[in-house]
Amino acid sequence: MKEKTLVHLNNYYKKTVIGILMSAISFSAFSEEKKIDFLETNWSFEGIFGTFDRASLQRGYQVYQEVCSGCHSVQYLSYRNLSEKGGPEFSVEEAKAIASQFELEDGPNSDGEMFMRSARLSDHFVKPYPNVEASTAANGGAYPPDMSVLAKARAGGADYIYSLLMGYGEPPAGFELDDGVYYNKYMPGNKIKMSEPISDEIVEYSDGTQPTKSQIAKDVTAFLVWTSEPHLESQHKMGFKTIIYLIILITLVYMSKQKVWSRFSSKTKEEDETFDKVERVITEYEGEDPKSFK
Amino acid sequence: MNEEKYIPKSKLGQWFDSRLPLLTLSYHLQAYPTPKNLNYWWTFGGILTFCLITQIVTGLVLAMHYVAHVDHAFKSIEHIMRNVNYGWLIRYVHANGASMFFLAVYIHIFRSLFYGSYKAPREVIWIIGLLIYILMMATAFMGYVLPWGQMSFWGATVITNLFSAIPFIGESITTWLWGGYSVDNPTLNRFYSLHYLLPFLIFGLVILHIWALHVPGNNNPLGIDVKKNSNETMPFHPYMVMKDLFALLLFITLFLWFVFFAPNVLGHPDNYIEANPIVTPSHIVPEWYLLPFYAILRAIPSKLGGVIFMFAAIFILMLLPWLDTSKVRSAIFRPIYKKFFWVLVFTVILLGYLGAKPPEGIYLILSRLATAYYFMHFLILLPILGRYEKTDPLPMSISDPVLSKPGVMDKVKKAASEYEGENVGSFK
Repeated sequence: MKEKTLVHLNNYYKKTVIGILMSAISFSAFSEEKKIDFLETNWSFEGIFGTFDRASLQRGYQVYQEVCSGCHSVQYLSYRNLSEKGGPEFSVEEAKAIASQFELEDGPNSDGEMFMRSARLSDHFVKPYPNVEASTAANGGAYPPDMSVLAKARAGGADYIYSLLMGYGEPPAGFELDDGVYYNKYMPGNKIKMSEPISDEIVEYSDGTQPTKSQIAKDVTAFLVWTSEPHLESQHKMGFKTIIYLIILITLVYMSKQKVWSRFSSKTKEEDETFDKVERVITEYEGEDPKSFK
Repeated sequence: MNEEKYIPKSKLGQWFDSRLPLLTLSYHLQAYPTPKNLNYWWTFGGILTFCLITQIVTGLVLAMHYVAHVDHAFKSIEHIMRNVNYGWLIRYVHANGASMFFLAVYIHIFRSLFYGSYKAPREVIWIIGLLIYILMMATAFMGYVLPWGQMSFWGATVITNLFSAIPFIGESITTWLWGGYSVDNPTLNRFYSLHYLLPFLIFGLVILHIWALHVPGNNNPLGIDVKKNSNETMPFHPYMVMKDLFALLLFITLFLWFVFFAPNVLGHPDNYIEANPIVTPSHIVPEWYLLPFYAILRAIPSKLGGVIFMFAAIFILMLLPWLDTSKVRSAIFRPIYKKFFWVLVFTVILLGYLGAKPPEGIYLILSRLATAYYFMHFLILLPILGRYEKTDPLPMSISDPVLSKPGVMDKVKKAASEYEGENVGSFK
């Protein structure tokens, strides 16, 4: 009885400790970044089966080109990426046409001269400013960050970028703002040097989609997620296949393991051994063969 | 399973084996007797070997594309992620592999703490294991610097600055480590070189770790000595190989889930911003697996004191076999130690949580309390428990608990009483 109580107490103790551990872990996980509640959006690229919406990415590229690219570079993206699988999937001709709109310096040529030429598919996106210093100087001392990996470089990712684009507004009473600084609900510190970049109908979509502010923000956010993770779709596809493969393999290995282990010892075998032991002792005690006993 | 001298079957095998006994080694590894009652906490040794090999192989490929220069490091990582065939996969396996490696090593270490695997005659295995752990932390820290993101740069600055706390020669040591007067290109280059070297030192220590294990053999959940070459042990191959493989595949599933579906969740977003010596991030935090030590470092009010306590927190584990004087290994038979074990687990996780928080207010108070408790556990509690704890009776052999499993003995008794027609309760 006493033993049972002890076992019971022990189980109770175990449960308490595990409970504390779990709540500590979840507390730490949740209290970390959840101070700001970002705007909720159902992104098509989220989750195990997430894929990009091609039309949205193409529109997002347009927004980037017409609105953002005046200040923000995406220096790690190449024009060829625009026609690659898993991205906006422009046709190669379209991507070539896009690239040819931009000029960049190349050289030196055989005369040792640098020269200007139009961009090709193999070129990186042309930057709006030659370097960080020029870009900072032209933007009132605030460097407009390169957008290649922006969605991975901000806590909250896509939700953060979307919320930020939607989060401009009048500052609350008593909130001091300098000239050229704007109030944004979702920016850490609520002060941002970028003026509100998008508004209704700031771009004109050729596919008939209504260019509302939130639609534009969604499209450009999706585009930025793709620039940060251009292989996201193949990542998800390969991940799903791999997990299925592993589940099958684990089942087979588990069955093989059980089979191999059954050779050595099974519960019944151990019980048999115990019976044998008992039998032997009884034989010694009684001095007769108790084989019939079994 | 018997340890009699192994003779290869073929003539060629005999010729070779008498010159280099590789076949004998292979035979020994296969026949190595393991206790039959090992549970799944014992599969992490194999998992860790897998982690090390994965890190070396993926790291080898990454090194073919990475450029260790402050102007090109960040760019070359993006090149790997975008342009190298399956570069994203290789890099995500390597980056998450580090976290998985530490997850497995922490389970491995706490398993050892619970079942008393560090006690005689296994002290040397334990100490080699700790050396591996220390090298792992150094390797991981330097690896985190290589992408040259903001956390890389500022993490390197904070950690290398710790050495400046050493009186008199501290500043010179820091300058020597940096190869200049701040964390810069020479620092990145030497970290890359060492990041490539250390895993092979770890590999060598792993061989010694396994060698030292094969002398006394495995501990087991009951912590009592096993009779080798009896029915209490089973050969490593195929029994443990199959069991380890099963556990490894489950581990790989978790691992790849992170790689494919949440590859950046264990890292810090700031490390996707290229290093900038002029802009300091609002919170500089190390990777999650170093956070408990970071919390101890910041809990102590003086810089030098913090450094001393942080290193002491690791090195105190080296003395563990002599601080824990209890002759009973497994916590199963140590009712009080078992409870304190879980309190220690909680304390370490709490320290990890506090390491991610700013060192102020309640967080600082809690870090100090937890740090004090951490040291108290090893320096005060363990010696006292070793002396005064009343341990439960140990079974005679690892087969014994099978006998006392509910059901089996009842069956025997019942059968015997049927046979004898009387109560044989005293029979046991």
